[in-house]
Amino acid sequence: MEPMPQISMLSYDVVVIGGGPAGMAAAVKAKELGLNVLLLDENDYLGGILPQCIHPGFGLHYFKEELTGPEFASRLAKRLVELGVEYRTAARVLEIKNYSDLEKVVIFTSPAGVYQVWTKAIIYAAGARERHAFEIGIVGDRVAGIYTAGEAQTLMDIYGILPGKEVVIVGSGDVGLIMARRFALEGAKVKAVIELMPYPGGLARNVMILRDFNIPLYLSHKVVEVRGRGRVQRVKVVRVDENLNETGEEFWIEADTLVISAGLIPSVKKLKKIGVEIDPATGGPVVNDRLETSVPGIFVAGNSLLINDLVDYVAEQGELAAESAKEFIEKGGIESRKWVKVRKGQNVRLIAPHYLSGDRDVYLYLRVARPMENVELRIPEIGKKLRLPVVKPAEMIRLKLRAEEIQKASEKLTVEVVRA
Amino acid sequence: MIYRFTCIVCPLGCSIEVEMENGEVLGVTGHTCPRGMEWAIEEVTNPRRVVMSVVPVEGGALPTVSVKTAEPVPKEKIPELMKFLAKLKLKAPVNVGQVVAEWEGIKIVATRGA
Ligand SMILES: Cc1cc2nc3c(=O)[nH]c(=O)nc-3n(C[C@H](O)[C@H](O)[C@H](O)COP(=O)(O)OP(=O)(O)OC[C@H]3O[C@@H](n4cnc5c(N)ncnc54)[C@H](O)[C@@H]3O)c2cc1C
Ligand code: SF4
Repeated sequence: MEPMPQISMLSYDVVVIGGGPAGMAAAVKAKELGLNVLLLDENDYLGGILPQCIHPGFGLHYFKEELTGPEFASRLAKRLVELGVEYRTAARVLEIKNYSDLEKVVIFTSPAGVYQVWTKAIIYAAGARERHAFEIGIVGDRVAGIYTAGEAQTLMDIYGILPGKEVVIVGSGDVGLIMARRFALEGAKVKAVIELMPYPGGLARNVMILRDFNIPLYLSHKVVEVRGRGRVQRVKVVRVDENLNETGEEFWIEADTLVISAGLIPSVKKLKKIGVEIDPATGGPVVNDRLETSVPGIFVAGNSLLINDLVDYVAEQGELAAESAKEFIEKGGIESRKWVKVRKGQNVRLIAPHYLSGDRDVYLYLRVARPMENVELRIPEIGKKLRLPVVKPAEMIRLKLRAEEIQKASEKLTVEVVRA
Repeated sequence: MIYRFTCIVCPLGCSIEVEMENGEVLGVTGHTCPRGMEWAIEEVTNPRRVVMSVVPVEGGALPTVSVKTAEPVPKEKIPELMKFLAKLKLKAPVNVGQVVAEWEGIKIVATRGA
């Protein structure tokens, strides 16, 4: 009989799950606030996806300086070490248990064994997962050479391996465009970027990559099929109409590699298991203005909360989650006289947080459904209006509401984006 | 010849057009502010980019370190620079911010340590 692995017991005020920017910022803040904190990450290194994002574009708000992903991560890691935050890498969280408000258990495995950690609060910052080819309806042969953008990025920018020579990229969001540049720079031929929507998904500065490297962009098109023997040899592309339905117009592109960059989904499986309520629009938990989920004492930040395009906001969410954990532990819970519900109005696809106390200022994070120009962002219940020259689904809008403004609402706030 | 750009200097993203003849700028339209005009002219006459890549490293926790150029490089020189970078090999320890090589007076800086 196999011996049972030894279960070691540990005890902390707060356990942070995930050592990306959200988790690192949370752990640093928690330590600064005097909490006894443990940070866990399943990778062999800290930083989450940042160490593989070697392009500049990180930290303009948070560090007031433009950094690459690894530089941003190393700054946070340095702070973490200076403060003596306890952390473990190669530590994979298997399960969370919620016994009572101040008694929770996190079970993780590491090369040294299985651990059971008792904790008062949990900050969940496990990031997001990528959509795979089969999730966006691509069929065909089971072949090598199909990667998600993140897999291709890890191969190239962590391990130094070029995944292929002739590449088709699905999705023109920032991630897809940045990968197009990486492949082109390393001498691969990027044969096309295929975008389902009638407009490119990424920021203008990243759309410029296509011009820099003469990469064709097919808007209103989708990849539907992959063929090859052992390895990708060609992919079938179909044009779609205004309703995104396939037209008969189709063609094949020869390529040995297909990279799927079709969006991220918050990783919330372990939260769902303990009954945390999920918002189908964000894909992340329903939270109050302390980023607390529907299970008291479980807080969430970063891409597990909602998909962020700026790491600065991710770090900001991590810090807030840590402050909230401190408040939760000190008061034995997060209380409010009332909770104002945040509702999605016209052209708002998703928004978080979902409930506001009016006891503190908050940042609302939202995305529109369609691009629009010359708009007004309005919250009729409190008479708030804000002019915006352009809004795009690719660019998250961050809106600050002051406590006094929130107090003016009785039960709900409706956020809408309408023509000015 | 007219060059069209979406300005990337601020989130407004104005559509700017630069009219050129024989390497001379004849006119710029579509910008809302002088910063956008300056950027567009630079983009037509002397486009430059910060370049990033990875370089193999021996004896580190990961097999590569990531690097970037300390300043933007003229666009037409990028393929040449990439060839230079492809030949580099480093040895741990490498620190973030360390200058690991120099190419035509441009410093190559490590952005991930090893
Ligand atoms: C290609 C790409 C380019 C980007 N470019 C920019 C940019 O230019 N500028 C910018 O500001 N932002 C950019 N972003 C966005 C930014 O990188 C992310 O928003 C940010 O990294 C999200 O941080 P996070 O901490 O929420 O998640 P992550 O960085 O994904 O970290 C989550 C961590 O949780 C760990 N984890 C997950 N499950 C477990 C478990 N069960 N047990 C233990 N650990 C676990 C993972 O190992 C991981 O380390 C980019 C993102 C991508 C993908
Ligand atoms: S021209 Fe000026 S206002 Fe317009 S996008 Fe460029 S920087 Fe912004």
